[in-house]
Amino acid sequence: MSATLLSARELSFAFGPIPALRGVSVDLWPGEVLAVVGESGSGKTTLLNVLLGRLRPDAGAVWYRDEAGHLADVHAMAEPELRRLHRSDWGFVQQDAKASLRMAVSAGGNIGERLMAQGARHYGNIRAAAAEWLERVEIDPARIDDLPRTFSGGMLQRLQIARVLVTHPRLVFMDEPTGGLDVSVQARLLDLIRKLVSRLGIAVVLVTHDLGVARLLAERLIVMQGGRVVEHGLTDQVLDDPQHPYTQLLVSSVLQ
Amino acid sequence: MAYVAVKGGERAIDAAHTWLADARRGDRSVPELGTAQIEEQLGRAVDRVMAEGSLYDPGLAALAIKQAQGDLVEAAFLVRAFRTTLPRLGASQPVETARMAITRRISAIFKDLPGGQVLGPTYDYSHRLLDFALEGSEPPDAKQARPDAEPAPHVHAFLGGEGLLEPDEPQVADPPDLTRQPLRFPADRALRLQALARGDEGFLLGLGYSTQRGYGGTHPFAGEIRVGEVEVEIVPPELGFPVSIADLTLTECQMVNQFKGSKTVPPQFTRGYGLAFGHSERKAMAMALVDRALRAAELGEETGAPAQDVEFVLYHSDNVEATGFVEHLKLPHYVDFQSELEAVRRMRAAAASSLATAGSGEGWGEVGDSRKTEPAK
Amino acid sequence: MNGYNFAYLDEQTKRMIRRALLKAVAIPGHQVPFGSREMPMPYGWGTGGIQITASVLGPADVLKVIDQGADDTTNAVSIRRFFARTAGVRTTTRTAEATVIQTRHRIPETKLREDQILVYQVPQPEPLWRLVPSRAETRRMHALAEYGVMHVRLYEDIARLGQVAISYDYPVMVNGRYLMSPSPIPAFDNPKMHRMAALQLFGAGREKRIYAVPPYTEVRSLDFDDHPFRPARAPQACILCGATDSYLDEVVTDDRGGRMFVCSDTDYCAGRRAAA
Repeated sequence: MSATLLSARELSFAFGPIPALRGVSVDLWPGEVLAVVGESGSGKTTLLNVLLGRLRPDAGAVWYRDEAGHLADVHAMAEPELRRLHRSDWGFVQQDAKASLRMAVSAGGNIGERLMAQGARHYGNIRAAAAEWLERVEIDPARIDDLPRTFSGGMLQRLQIARVLVTHPRLVFMDEPTGGLDVSVQARLLDLIRKLVSRLGIAVVLVTHDLGVARLLAERLIVMQGGRVVEHGLTDQVLDDPQHPYTQLLVSSVLQ
Repeated sequence: MAYVAVKGGERAIDAAHTWLADARRGDRSVPELGTAQIEEQLGRAVDRVMAEGSLYDPGLAALAIKQAQGDLVEAAFLVRAFRTTLPRLGASQPVETARMAITRRISAIFKDLPGGQVLGPTYDYSHRLLDFALEGSEPPDAKQARPDAEPAPHVHAFLGGEGLLEPDEPQVADPPDLTRQPLRFPADRALRLQALARGDEGFLLGLGYSTQRGYGGTHPFAGEIRVGEVEVEIVPPELGFPVSIADLTLTECQMVNQFKGSKTVPPQFTRGYGLAFGHSERKAMAMALVDRALRAAELGEETGAPAQDVEFVLYHSDNVEATGFVEHLKLPHYVDFQSELEAVRRMRAAAASSLATAGSGEGWGEVGDSRKTEPAK
Repeated sequence: MNGYNFAYLDEQTKRMIRRALLKAVAIPGHQVPFGSREMPMPYGWGTGGIQITASVLGPADVLKVIDQGADDTTNAVSIRRFFARTAGVRTTTRTAEATVIQTRHRIPETKLREDQILVYQVPQPEPLWRLVPSRAETRRMHALAEYGVMHVRLYEDIARLGQVAISYDYPVMVNGRYLMSPSPIPAFDNPKMHRMAALQLFGAGREKRIYAVPPYTEVRSLDFDDHPFRPARAPQACILCGATDSYLDEVVTDDRGGRMFVCSDTDYCAGRRAAA
């Protein structure tokens, strides 16, 4: 576990009689993008929720290493500590941007919120940071005072990304970030994510059913089926030369 | 003993009515309640029944209250049913509340103003201590002579002058009538106000309260509450000029709310309106709060709170409809219930047998696993 | 008033309220739940303030009650009469003479002293209530000092209107730790709370919360470094006493737009006129 940013060991979780995770172990190093791929029912969303600290595993543990190098058990943390972690070091980009954004607050206010939550008290600076981030996510900065309900789906997702990244988190979780968007919009968004992640050196856990997304964004991936990790490795290697029959099935089903 | 089918429904109902009349009269050694007593001494109950019965007739409302043993929703129902039998003769001119002969008129937004703060008869500043002297009968004080009630201009005229308050909406030539046509959506403001005026005071009170606690808040201020008599005028076609046919006591509430505006559009206060028969401040105020909440979408505000949901509010505010449907559950439903019974028995039998066959296996099978264990039939 | 304890409440209830007050004083700005009782006045008309006053009042106290800054407004009269009857304490309209002052929506203009207690009537104790209606969630936010959403509200006002639009019940940070509602006093009055010599107690009867600001506590109105908080008042002078530093009431004199402005604090105004 030396120098990993996030490590999970032997995670198990069941919803009543239904096992959703069986002995899952994952490692994430600083600055790398790890994709968790699988179809619905594979357990990837449950894994995400356990890693986030939202679901307590029946067995196993999740460890996070902070900037000072201290390792902490995510599920042993007190709630205030976990919430602070979510507000500072961690970020979460949800599939439905509307669930994460404040729809009645302007774009600038949405982006500035995490800064204000951390003690930023200069209106001009907050606004300038928000404008800068709007530009980074390719939204016209003139829209800084517009309400999100005037934004398209792709713009909402980019606004969410700005809102999450503004405090430079070390680790960002992403759940189907391009889900529900048009194909051309998806491509642009993926390109943006790739650029931002590499420029800022953010580590990402990316949950997706879309192998194309995984290939474009992730260095490594794990393949889940029935609550287990059936294959893992470097993205290109796994997708070009899948070993496990299920991975082979996934790869061959992707429309070329 | 063989089962004998239940009969005698009609006799049972007659017996129930006889018992009801007996219970309504109560102890015969206690003097019978007169409708004049109800009209004079339980005026607030009479006012509420007139409002929710949608008929201004204090005598009838008093009778309904006596007949319903004080159940005000039942009384409103009686009044509505009576109303159905009345022919519609025409529509009056809009009532001029600005010319109201004022009994009570207060404004919370100005310390003093033309017309003054007239407290009138109110519980507001009394201490809610039971007055046991009222249990007995004391020689009454002589009815007090009151000075002639004076009209006073509406408060919103003062704010309107500076353009601080949104103006009155233009008059609707032919307002919709809920007592003649079914409720349809989208419902314009005239229709909404009519529905609220007939709506249950308790329901509207709860909704109004919710807006004050953050469920769709609008920073309301009581711009003005006035109680007094207004003239009802009609214009008979033969005469061509207005003729006064009645005086009504009305309670009117204007709420002044959250201003709307921006750096470029000068902000203005917005309004909520409430009107009720008789002396009914709680109803008029709650109505004004809900009226304003229902305008949220039209004013470009965030919606989602229950008081802002037009369909939810209008469908459930009519207490005669509501009590009808809630209480209808007392009617026999045993045919429908029988089919439910059978369905539940079948499902329980199926679950019991599948648990018996499942035994020590994997239980429900693997996630994503196409091999499923079938329960034995 | 026969059969009632001194100041109406029974001693057990007073003890319960005093315990809540002690806890509140120990944690400035933190809302303490308490078992608010049904009082002879309606909820929303000062029952919280009345319960606090009833619990701290002693026979030697001198009570002043104001509403909107005036002693003769109907609700102030009603409450003062209530205590005169149930406690028999001396009442006064002179701020300087009072030991306990119960107030709705104003802080007296006259500077208060260490031997005085100011009891505020609070309709809505939760400063975040408009942004977050759930009490369960706001409790968590206070516990974790998660107040970002309130600053977002201020940011939005400045972005939309060029200035913060909150004119009364302007949120404050108490002792650098708790976000607090000062009750619906005009923002103009907020600075008076900062390091006030008197003890400030806040009662919300309907919402069943008590909170407090001990003497000489830091109380700062929320703002941004480059958009500092500025207390606002009407620019006029009081037409009766000429004061230009007191909060003014606007009185409509005719229906043609005629207006005059007078001090809202009637005792302050009367005092200035007497001295003149």
